[in-house]
Amino acid sequence: MAEGAPYWMLWEELVVGGAHWSGLLRRGTTLRLIDVAGGGNVSVLLYNYDDRLERYNMADTLKAQHTAYLTRSCVCYSDMGRILCSITDDTCGWHDTLCGLTNASMIKDRYGEARYQEHRNDYRRNAYDGFLNELGKYGLGKRDLAANINFFSKVTADEEGNLRYHAGHSTPGAYVDLRFEMNTLVVLAACQHPLDPATTYAPKEVRLTTWHSRPAPRNDPCRTRCPENERGFRNTEVWCR
Amino acid sequence: MVPLMALKESTLDPATAVHREIIPAGEPWMGSVKRGQHFRIVDLEGNQAVDTLFYSSASLDERYSAQDTIRAQENIYLSSGTRLLSNEGNAMLTIVADTCGRHDTLGGACSAESNTVRYAIEKRHMHSCRDNFLLALAHWGAKYHRDFGKRDLASNINFFMNVPVTPQGKLTFADGISAPGRYVEMRADMDVTVLISNCPQLNNPCNGYNPTPVEVLVWESL
Repeated sequence: MAEGAPYWMLWEELVVGGAHWSGLLRRGTTLRLIDVAGGGNVSVLLYNYDDRLERYNMADTLKAQHTAYLTRSCVCYSDMGRILCSITDDTCGWHDTLCGLTNASMIKDRYGEARYQEHRNDYRRNAYDGFLNELGKYGLGKRDLAANINFFSKVTADEEGNLRYHAGHSTPGAYVDLRFEMNTLVVLAACQHPLDPATTYAPKEVRLTTWHSRPAPRNDPCRTRCPENERGFRNTEVWCR
Repeated sequence: MVPLMALKESTLDPATAVHREIIPAGEPWMGSVKRGQHFRIVDLEGNQAVDTLFYSSASLDERYSAQDTIRAQENIYLSSGTRLLSNEGNAMLTIVADTCGRHDTLGGACSAESNTVRYAIEKRHMHSCRDNFLLALAHWGAKYHRDFGKRDLASNINFFMNVPVTPQGKLTFADGISAPGRYVEMRADMDVTVLISNCPQLNNPCNGYNPTPVEVLVWESL
């Protein structure tokens, strides 16, 4: 059991570096993503499990909270003014949601090709195809790929808007806790960040740990972060009633 | 303070455009632009956000991707020289002229639902870009693609809108940096379907609290 996880843990699973995963996280469940080795990146998409036309919306998440990145007390908004999940804990401090994901040509250009035929399950994977693999299981496809989150990665913009990737941002054992406020389809790919300048293909594993958690109380730090989040929780609770 | 940006004018004469159309304040527009054609949007009265989405005319599987565009140029603002990339990594259009200097692609489109979060529950009734997008697709979408609908509303561009991000990661909707007559012009690198909402937002400075008309122009390939 992961250190710090409560005794009412539901399940845990290790997603190996480069792999993709999807699953249902119900309202009242917390998912901890753990960057076991450090220097990891987890690309994530979120959908309302019961109505998959409703999905994570980068812009609505950022502008409601006046932020260009995600950390503890931030919430992840859907495009319907509701909260898919809240970030209740975070030892990392900054998660990127601007830069998107790796695709096949990026991986080939940077690291060279490594096909299944020669490498079996060590073939070089990319987050775009990983997402499409998972989305296809739910009848979703390219048209449903929204802007994603990159947990454990930090990218800042200077005054002119130029992006800078911060190497070594996430340390071994870093984790982020997502408390789900709606039944959510989580799609993830444990692939390198698209701006990671590393010259070797070395995606890091991520450990998933889940447990039952309570609904956000009145004084919940995610709820009280800003008046916008108070209204976001209100919208979500109305819908879940 | 907005840093000095390289402004670039176009040599094309509006009198030679093959299509000119005014989009009234707060209304949607759809159209097609062929590969090689030039497509210009003019901010007629200044500080008017123009929420814009591009789709490959060949397939709805390929559309403008804000994240791919940002990542490839390693800069969050769009200006002359920016290649507007698709989710498949292909250049859809290239910005060839820009007299405004900076355009947003992080701020997204306003919707009735996000207005309830950002401003107040009772703002739900106010007209919004997503209502424009959805109504445009309901009326005209089928002329362009089968089943064109909400799932196709990906992250958009906000031409003429100013959403500065600080090095500390703060994001705000700031006063516009556009002015009457400023324009942005793109060359299409593939056949594209264009979906526009001339933004009706009244709750923040993106339209100077006074939404106004814009003009779209198309020129044949040079």
